[in-house]
Amino acid sequence: MLLSVRDLSVRFGEVEPLSGISFDIDRGEILGLVGESGSGKSLTAMAVAGLLPLVGGRIAAGSVTFDGTDLTRLAEDQLRTYRGRRIAFVTQNPMTALDPAQRVGEQIDVVARLHRGQSRQGARATTLDLLTALRIPEAAAICDAYPHQLSGGMKQRIVIAMALAGEPDLIIADEPTTALDVTVQAQIIHLLGQLVRERALGLMLITHDMGVVAQICDRVAVLYAGRLAETRAAAPLFAAPRHPYTAALIGCIPREGMAPGSLAGIPGAVPSAAAYSAGCRFHARCARMTGRCRTEVPVPAERPEGGALACHNPLEVP
Amino acid sequence: MSLARSIAPVARALRTPVGAIAGLWLALIVAAALLAPLIAPYAYDVQNLPESFQPPSPAHLLGTDEFGRDLLTRIIYGARTSLSVSVISIAISVFAGMVLGAAAGYFGGTFDRAVTIVVDLSWSFPEILVALILVAIIGPGVTGTMAAIGVAYLAQFTRLTRSQILAIRSETYIEAARSLGAGGGFILFRHLLPNALAPVLVAGMLATGDAIILEATLGFFGLGAQPPLPSWGSMMSSGSALLFKAPWIIILPGLAVAITVIAINLFGDALIRALDIKTRLREA
Amino acid sequence: MLSYLIKRILLLVPVFLAVSAVIFLILHLIPGDPVDNLLKVGSSASKRAEIEARYGLDRPLIVQYGIWLGNVLQGDLGTSIVTRRPVAQLIGQVMPDSLQLGGLALLLSSVAGVLLGVLAAKARDRWPDRLVMGGVLLGSTLPSFWIGLILILVFSVQLGWFPVSGARGWSSLVLPVITIGLGGIALVARVTRVAMIDTAGRDFVLLLHAKGLPPGRILWRHVLRHAMIPVVTILALRIGWILGGAVTVEYVFARPGLGTTLIKALNQHDYPVVQACLLMLAIAVMLGTLLGDIIQALMDPRVREAIT
Repeated sequence: MLLSVRDLSVRFGEVEPLSGISFDIDRGEILGLVGESGSGKSLTAMAVAGLLPLVGGRIAAGSVTFDGTDLTRLAEDQLRTYRGRRIAFVTQNPMTALDPAQRVGEQIDVVARLHRGQSRQGARATTLDLLTALRIPEAAAICDAYPHQLSGGMKQRIVIAMALAGEPDLIIADEPTTALDVTVQAQIIHLLGQLVRERALGLMLITHDMGVVAQICDRVAVLYAGRLAETRAAAPLFAAPRHPYTAALIGCIPREGMAPGSLAGIPGAVPSAAAYSAGCRFHARCARMTGRCRTEVPVPAERPEGGALACHNPLEVP
Repeated sequence: MSLARSIAPVARALRTPVGAIAGLWLALIVAAALLAPLIAPYAYDVQNLPESFQPPSPAHLLGTDEFGRDLLTRIIYGARTSLSVSVISIAISVFAGMVLGAAAGYFGGTFDRAVTIVVDLSWSFPEILVALILVAIIGPGVTGTMAAIGVAYLAQFTRLTRSQILAIRSETYIEAARSLGAGGGFILFRHLLPNALAPVLVAGMLATGDAIILEATLGFFGLGAQPPLPSWGSMMSSGSALLFKAPWIIILPGLAVAITVIAINLFGDALIRALDIKTRLREA
Repeated sequence: MLSYLIKRILLLVPVFLAVSAVIFLILHLIPGDPVDNLLKVGSSASKRAEIEARYGLDRPLIVQYGIWLGNVLQGDLGTSIVTRRPVAQLIGQVMPDSLQLGGLALLLSSVAGVLLGVLAAKARDRWPDRLVMGGVLLGSTLPSFWIGLILILVFSVQLGWFPVSGARGWSSLVLPVITIGLGGIALVARVTRVAMIDTAGRDFVLLLHAKGLPPGRILWRHVLRHAMIPVVTILALRIGWILGGAVTVEYVFARPGLGTTLIKALNQHDYPVVQACLLMLAIAVMLGTLLGDIIQALMDPRVREAIT
């Protein structure tokens, strides 16, 4: 297994916005980490990349085992040799992800120079190869541009090139298409999928768009309010969701042939980390809620049909 | 703005420890300035040369100056001059700035552009330079100082009021009022100005601190209040020459300026926090 | 960049005309007859006629301004009423001293202010931050002439490390530069701190960490560079403010310079000298602001493009 996260909990002072998260990603595999805003997806990503101290958080419990090494036990200096080199990050908004005062070429070059010891010229050659592989026309001219001169889709390709420049084993992509036009979204998603297959990378794709998940993910982990709801291979998950929240998320995907206006939204909103309720955190919005859901926390348990599930009253599996 | 609404933030500011200490000092200084003839132990203008250059003693708590005048008395009377000059000139400046800024922001057009150009122009020139030009025209003294301070800070209040008016003007409830047939004057005085009031008044308060420094600086140059009338600045105008012989004559009035200005700033900060208008002040 | 520069300089022309017009008008706004104000009491009728002809005082105001501006641009700043020497000569003598003082104070403000601001931002809400911010409050609220006097008292009178006044040698520059610099340091440190904290929370900084760049390199090469944009903007706007500090401090330390000359002339009603000093200070402020804008454009590619 390339990445194995077990019982991960994150704390900010007294608040624990993320508790007991577990999932795996193998090489050549795409894991979709899904949930609404506020479910803890981005925090999970930052915890895996060791970036929590930047925002004032810390890993309170659990392990993040990457290629046999528990990253939570590494010192910051050691962790840095992983970041950008073996674990790369693609952030949500390409508009703000690049240093506006530096030419984009230099921003990509620095990764190969830093992590692969390449010379200035060598790194630039790597960059140009990458940009060509990402089907960016006139790569040399793009290298000399400043970020504000490029379109959103182009910037996201630059961010992806930055991620690839260290020849990583794992890419964490945090909502890589949210800020882009719909047509560009499809291109970027397609591009990421292709890279994973060609280079045998692991990809952790964070998204709230179940449509994207259905399109390219091999495995899915559903988060709700900082806890794991369900994790399973993508195909059976979409065919027969067991957690009521998963089912509701799938119900939100607009499909062909649906009557206009029948888009099933989920009533209510994700509670904030400071105001988590007792029992199952989804109970207030759940149609299958019983008395037990209010008091007893459902623990994620392995299931005979595969994956893990944290629900007292799951939907029937046919 | 009703009385209750304007007092509540002040009370909240006074409940913070820093706000309370700063408020106490300001109350003390204002009381001293108002009651100067009653509480000052000596006359401020009677020279007594045999008693000159006395260090602090029971008879003269803060010592005497080069003419033998009691320093405590002169600092108390100095508070009267310095505070009244600063407060009055800033008040006039705030009023004029609000009128100009509101008119520019509300009516827009050529008038707005002209005001903006002049305001931007004077913005990059230090207040002391603007003040010195004014003093050059009007001449040294209390009047010149007041005019200098008033004009030096006019740009700041005009700019702030204008930006406040512009920010509120486009909000929905103004549109609603207008569509209900409210006239321009009604909207301006009933809706726009009251909403712009809090930030401008707080800015005015903070500027009063700067004005005290400006008054002190002009006084120090010998261009402010003319003898024998004491102001904190003019008391220091004999400058470095006295530092060898009787440093307290220079140190103490400066200390009064320093503590008062710091108190104004700290109290102003507490008030800004109580009113929650930090971002609105920064926009300007 | 060149076209930006030309545009920016052309923008200064109307500003210069407006400011110089105000300074020109001083002579006409002060109470009394302009001729009397340009002459010593009891001057002869022939002297009066000479002055009147020289300034064109019988012509319309706008023509007078033209004559005055023409003279100024040719380096003729008139004659001092008190010393009867050409004002240009007087200004030329003290200008280098003022430039030296103002330049050094600006340098100190920027360098020390940025370093302290970075320190405070790095130690946010811990004691170094509180210490710096306390110093910022003092530096931005204490009257600079009083700080100067206190520094003289401690370091010159009590300790005898530096001369009390005058402009001989480098040691006489130390206290004046520090006195002017304190206000500038406070301003720069405060803006730098806020900008550093703000920039450090931006997305691109997160991504720089995610790229595995060493934190020191991120701080100094990327975060600081960005944080410098608002700092330079404020500094450009407030260069005049720091130069204004020089006026006060020169007077405190009795250093020859534009400030001392100006204050003395104001007290002596020597209007040609007053006008010349104010004009020089205004030009210094305008050039300082221009310099700040150019540095800003060099630092931020977006600013460069927005204007050209």
